[in-house]
Order: sequence, then structure tokens, then C-alpha cells
Amino acid sequence: MGLWAWFTDPANWSGPNGIPVRLAQQVVMSAIAMAVAIVIALPLGIFLGHKQKGGGLAINVSNIGRAVPTFGLLVIFAAWEPIGVGNLAVVLALIIFAIPPLLTNAYIGIRDVDEEVRGAARGMGFSGMLMLRKVELPNAVPLISAGVRTATVQVVATASLAALVGGGGLGAYVVEGFAIQDFTLLTAGAILTAALAIATEGILALVQRKVTPKGLRDRDLALEAAQ
Amino acid sequence: MPFHGAFALGATTNIEPVPNPWFSWEYVVTHQEQLITAGYEHLLLTLTSVALAMVIAIPLALLVRRYPKFEGPVLGLGGVLYTIPSLALISVLWPVFGLSPWTVVVALALYALLVVLRNTVVGLKGVPVDAVDAARGMGFSKSRILLRVEFPLALPTILAGVRIATVSTVGLVTIGALVGYGGYGSMIYTGFLQNFWHAQIMTATIACVLLAMVLEFILQIVERMTTPWARSARSR
Repeated sequence: MGLWAWFTDPANWSGPNGIPVRLAQQVVMSAIAMAVAIVIALPLGIFLGHKQKGGGLAINVSNIGRAVPTFGLLVIFAAWEPIGVGNLAVVLALIIFAIPPLLTNAYIGIRDVDEEVRGAARGMGFSGMLMLRKVELPNAVPLISAGVRTATVQVVATASLAALVGGGGLGAYVVEGFAIQDFTLLTAGAILTAALAIATEGILALVQRKVTPKGLRDRDLALEAAQ
Repeated sequence: MPFHGAFALGATTNIEPVPNPWFSWEYVVTHQEQLITAGYEHLLLTLTSVALAMVIAIPLALLVRRYPKFEGPVLGLGGVLYTIPSLALISVLWPVFGLSPWTVVVALALYALLVVLRNTVVGLKGVPVDAVDAARGMGFSKSRILLRVEFPLALPTILAGVRIATVSTVGLVTIGALVGYGGYGSMIYTGFLQNFWHAQIMTATIACVLLAMVLEFILQIVERMTTPWARSARSR
């Protein structure tokens, strides 16, 4: 069966193995993981940045996070009896992967707010929570939202691996395609997972632009090199 | 192959379940050879992928510098490739390269491409105009300026990109298990399929993390060695 035939076959658009259900599985897994990771990482990163402390912690967490293979962590959770195979193992692994970019970006975003801007605000009598809310947070929005965007795209992409450990999602087409050596199924799965990741990236790029305060827009964040 | 895990023998037998510890030094000792072979495969896959990425990315960065109108599209395309899940990349390359290491290497090189490319572009852009002017004043030709002035000055940023790409590639290699070339990933996956063999899964994962850390450490030293001036600049 050709790709076109696969995508236009109504059977692939309905039932528990249909595209809508598997798409929803992947989106829901990613959304839950991101929600939990945001609740954990953003307040912590913002707090550390505000106190200008714990930089080593934030950077180390991010470095170690980068070194741990997603696949290994996923399998560890799935093979651990209290969790077991399925979507829970995936969500837990995704949470752990989303934390480093969220934490470091929030920390650096707040910490690196221009000292002159802070000084001016201090001169106007700002301090403590007011400084954080009115000065530091708005100025850190570009970096924090870049962190959320990076983490989300990474999480949505990684959620494709769920099928390898007995979970659902669009990656299931790829895994099934491999198992029965069906190139059409495999390619269809690859297209769907890639399309979802690219669409997520596109939507979040727009959202990021929208939430960035006007004065901070058009800075070429995309070109900032990773160090 | 012995069974592992609590479910392995089923409920109908009276035999005690085989213990299935996560951390087992005995496992490491008895599987040394397998761990070393997998590590070698893992290292080779990582280095080949990053080398391929560099071979494509660095000339591409020079091209983009020469023709700035391509910068947006080239970096954009790199960004799209970077966004595609590794699972999808490996699976579309499978029909092309089959069950061979190249399926993994090409997919991971496409991944590492963006990081190296972006850092090379940014590194070259960051070269002080004064330095280039001084070299031009000394009669350096364009290619000599590139090789003797711009490239060395951009090197810290380029190498930082290479280091980051290498560390993330170490993690991504594991997904190559899907086509049978995943280094430690293949051990993780077979451990999973063999009744959740905890010791194999954990040992291979830790080995993978250690490999990433060792490479990070070595590349940091290389970064420092090739950029002696960066040391004083960094301590600002």
C-alpha cells in the first residue's frame, strides 16, 4: 500500500489505533509532563535567579541531564515494577528531560537581567517581590519562554519513543512498521511524528513572540550560540 | 540465557524468583567483554556522526558567510531537521541504508549538524573587525585571513558546538538499537526485552552517561588547549 492510500484509508482515522487517538495520546503525555516540569522547574529557577544563588546547581543539573540517554531512562522506568510498561513510565522520563532546559533558562534569564535596569528600579523604590514581578520577570520572558519552547519540542519529539516501552502515541506506527517490516506504515509514522514536532515548534514560536514584551522583541535569540 | 525478574518463572512453579538487582558488580565483571564491545561501537557511532556533521556544517557555514542571503534558509532547514524526532529520522533512513550503522550515523549527523553549524556561523560573526583589519593591513590574503585569523578566533565557539553535539549524540546513539546499532542502547533494549533485566539496563545506561562525561571532559581540555587566549578572557 502506498503512503497516499494509507493516509486516505478511513480505517487509519478511527478506532483505538487510529491517528486521532494516537495523536491525542502523544499530546496528552507531553502536556502532562510539561505541566509537571514547569511547576517544578520554573519557580525553582526563578527563585535561584532572584537570589543570584545556586548557579552551579542549575548548570550541573542541565549538564547531567544532557548526558543521560532518554532511551535508557525510559527503559529504566518501564522495567521498574512499581511503574511498569506504558504511558506513566514515559511521562516520568519526559518530566525529567524537560526540567534542565526550563531550570537553566529561568535561572539565567532572571540572573542576567541588566544591572542598570535593576539599579533604576531600585532607585524607584522597587525591591523584593515587586522587583521580581515588575522588573525581573518581564525582562526574563524571552529566555524563559525559549526554555519552555525548547523543552516542549523536545518532549513532544521524545514522546514518540513511548511505543518502544509499551506506551501509545504516534511512534507506535513506527515501531509496528519496524516489527512487520512495513515501509509504508513506518514512513507514515515518521511523517506524523515529525509533523507533530514541527507544528509544535511553529505554534510555540508564535506564542513566544506574543508573550514577549514589545521592547524585547526582535532580538536575534535564534542565533545565540550554545556555550 | 537465564530468566530475570519477578514474572519470569510464572506463578505455577515453586522455584524462588531469581533476584533482579539494579546494581550488580557481578554483572559488570561477567559481562566485561560485552560492555567493552558495546562501548567501542557506541564511541565509533558517536565520533563518526559528529565528524560527518562537522564535514558538512563547517563548509556550509563558510558558504553562508560568503552568501548571507542563504543564512536564514540554511539555518531554518537545520532547525527543521533538528526538530524531527530521532525515531522518525532513523526510520525514514532505514529503507535507504538498511540495517547498517549508516542509518544511525546519517540520522545523528543530521541532528548534530544544526548545533555545529550555528556555532560556526556565530563564531565567525563574532570575530572582531579590528583583528581582520589588522591582518588585511599586514597584507594577508582572504584565505589566509580565514585560516590564520578568523578561524582560530572562532574556534572556541565552534568547539563548544562540537562538544555539545557530541554529548547529545552519545545519548541519541541509544535509539540506534532499533536497527541493531545502538551501542549501549542495544544492551538496554535487549535487557528490557529479556524480562526487564535490571542489571543490564542500569549498567548500560550508566556506562552511556560515563562515556558522555568522559567525552565532555576531553573536549573541554581540547577547547582550552587550542585557545590559549580564551583562558584569560574567560576569567573576566
